[in-house]
This record gives sequence, structure tokens and C-alpha cells, in this order.
Amino acid sequence: MSEQASALQIDGVSKYYGDYPALRKVMLRVDAGSSLALLGRNGAGKTTLLRIIAGLSKPTEGQVRILGSDVRQEFARRRIGVLGHGISLYDELSASENLMVFARLYGLRDPRKSALEWLERTGLERVRDGLVREFSRGMRQRLAVARAFLHDPEVLLFDEPFTALDDRAIAVLQSLLADAHRRGRTIIMSTHQLKEALVLASHVALIRRGEITFSGERTQQMVDDTGWLYRTYES
Amino acid sequence: MTGVETAAPTETRVETRPSLLAQIWTITAKDLRSEMRTKEAVNASVAFSLVILVLFSFAFDPTSDQFQEFSGGLLWLVFSFAGALVLNRSFARETQNDCLDGLLAAPIPASALFFGKALANFALLIAVEVVSIPVFGLFYDVHWMGQFWELVLVTLLGTWALTVIGTFFSALTVNLRMRELMLPTLVYPLMIPALMAAMKLTTDLLAGTPINSDNIFGLKLLIGFDFIFTALSVMMIDTVLVG
Repeated sequence: MSEQASALQIDGVSKYYGDYPALRKVMLRVDAGSSLALLGRNGAGKTTLLRIIAGLSKPTEGQVRILGSDVRQEFARRRIGVLGHGISLYDELSASENLMVFARLYGLRDPRKSALEWLERTGLERVRDGLVREFSRGMRQRLAVARAFLHDPEVLLFDEPFTALDDRAIAVLQSLLADAHRRGRTIIMSTHQLKEALVLASHVALIRRGEITFSGERTQQMVDDTGWLYRTYES
Repeated sequence: MTGVETAAPTETRVETRPSLLAQIWTITAKDLRSEMRTKEAVNASVAFSLVILVLFSFAFDPTSDQFQEFSGGLLWLVFSFAGALVLNRSFARETQNDCLDGLLAAPIPASALFFGKALANFALLIAVEVVSIPVFGLFYDVHWMGQFWELVLVTLLGTWALTVIGTFFSALTVNLRMRELMLPTLVYPLMIPALMAAMKLTTDLLAGTPINSDNIFGLKLLIGFDFIFTALSVMMIDTVLVG
């Protein structure tokens, strides 16, 4: 694994559901340390692409490599943190039990310590023994964020991470993402919340009808006029 | 696209590669803990098996010779139907909150996930059987302690057959809306060889006939069935879960 390898390399990825092309020949490279905002309207293919990047779905054709390794290889999966539409947490388990399950699966040396540390960082230490089914939506989301960060992944894949978050959870997530970006982690997130995303993003990719229509560095113009990107590349 | 050049993270990762057994146990313990908190599947399964056993005891004369010929069959039908209630919940539990995505994204082989869930299912099915067999003995006047260890062996092998097929098809049907119907529809036809062997052996053992040259084929069939379907499930589970 060379240090020069891209954090993410997508080569000609297509995904068909029956005859419907959800993704068409997607090519994308994201360097280590970048923060990419994957933008697109509903049904553009953002979630499908993120699921393929996360190894949760196989592309019909093409290849995805994370840090130079096939995404379904253990090497790659150990290095990615995924936060999808669901929180991927068990309602019948407590907050700490949930995090410990994942800490053990990721082979963290001290699962309990790691779990408690992340419960503290996300402001959930007082409810660590509470069952997830009793949590508010915001608390569940914060716990899901803790799960995604738990093993200090090098590549963070977030699908609509700000959706349904309360103000506190948004602040927690923005702080954690900014910290991860500062420490050289690679962040790839799809979102509709352009303002939140563009504050964090160093790069932007626009996906339309399963095709990447634009990818490049984030500019001040995008931040100042969030509609500009769509008007320019979807017209 | 080309991103900013940043040095790769240099912190030492405080992680080890957990053994396959540790990964399996984490999944098993998680499933058993979840089930023990709700007792949804195990309560339904125990209640179902007890009700069926009691109802059938009114339908047949347990002391008749005819009943002795299908006592094993009745027991395994109850195990199979009650088992479906446990097996249906196995991967369905992972659909809530998209938990399956969390497991599939984790650095564990799909076989660890399969074995972890299969062992949890096996433990729950055995729990149901441990409650059902004494009730069966009581209501049907069956002396099940006579060939105890051989009955234990057949029960374990038959239960593993049901577990492995059921867990695999629970994964296959996890995203289907009609999965509660689809699971038994797919599992029972495949289970026929193992069920027939387990039924015949159990009937013999309950009648006081030990495993001998006349019925040893059933035991071999059960062992072969378990081995083949366990191997097939392990080989195919990644494709089933990820596509």
C-alpha cells in the first residue's frame, strides 16, 4: 500500500436495477485528506454510489478501490467509517453495548474504553446504559455518529449526515468532521444541506442521473451562491 | 478529481485483528442479548410448540401403537414450525435501523456473520426443544430418557440442519416483504432429507431402539446434510448479502 495511493478510486462504475441505470460509468478519484461533497438531486444516484463505495452493494460493472484495496477486502473495510440513512444500531441494546459490539468487530484493544470515550465526545455519557429504543432521534443520530467514528477511520462515508439532526447534533458532527479533516482523514458525504456541506468540503462532485457532471475544488462562488452549481451543471 | 495533498495519518492504530471465533462470538452474544431483552421470538416459539403438543395430545391416543410409529415425526414437525418463528427473526432483526449495513461495512468475513447468527439461532432452538421435549414426554407418555445421549445427538444434528438452512434463507429473504411466508416455503422442501432422517431416528429412539445397523444410515445422512449445507452456506453467504 503506497502512501501515494488515492483514498478513493472509482473506475467506470455502473449500476443497473433491471434495465434502469442508477449509475453510468462513474469515474472519480479522491485524494487522501480531501473532503468531498457529493451533490445531486433526489434520485440522482448519490446513495447508490455511496453504498457501492462502502461495499454494501456491488456495481454491475467497474471497480472501487479504497486506499488501493478492493472495497470488499478487510483492509479497506477496516479503514472506512460509514453513516448511511439508517443509524445501524440495535434498539434492544444500550448505547455502550452498541458501541462495544462494533468496537469488538473492528478489533479495538479496549472496546469499553473506546465506547465510553465516544459516548463522552458525543454528549451521551449520561445515557450510556439507556436502551437505544428509548432515545430521542437526535440522540440516536449522535450515537450513530459515534459508531461511525469509533475506530478512527481514514475514510468517512456519510450519506445525508445532517438530515434530521437537531442543532446540537449538527454542531457535534461538524466539529468531528472538521477535526477529522484537520487530521488528514478523507471525507465523502452526500447531502442536500449545501451550506453545511460546503463549509466543510474542499472538493465538490455533482451527480446527475447517475453520471458525474462536475468534480473539482470547491470555490468561494459555490459557497456564496449555493444554487450556482446546479444552475451551471444541470442546465 | 484531484484533491489536496495531505500526509497520511500517522497515529498508531490501537486495534488488533480479532480472531474468527471472537467475531463469531460477538455476533452470537449480540443476537442472544437482543433476543433476551425482548423474548419476541423465543416466547412465540415456545408457546407455539407447547400449544401444538397439547392440542395433538387430544387428537391422538398417545398410548396406541400407531402413535408410537409417528411420535418422532410429530416432535420434528413441531420443532420445524416453531423453529421458523426463531429463524424468521434472525436477519429480520438486522433490517431495523439498517443494522445489516453496519455489520457488512465492518471488517469481518460474511462467514463470521453467518456463523454468529447461526449459533445464536441454534441456542434459541435448543432452548425451545429443552422445554418441548419434557412436555412431549409428559403428554404422550413417551420415555425419552431411555436412549438419552443418542436422542441428544440426533436432536443436535437435526437442529443444526434446521439452523443452517434457516439462517441462510433468512439472509436470502431478508429484504422481501413476504419473508415470513417465503422462509418456510424455501426451507421445508430442502429440509426433507434431514427431517426424514431425524424423524426416523427419533421414533426409533423413543421406542427404545438404539442406533444400529438398520438406522445408522439416517445418522450418516444427518451428518452429511449438516456438513454439505454448512459448507454451501458459508461459500454463498457473501453473495447473498452483498449481491
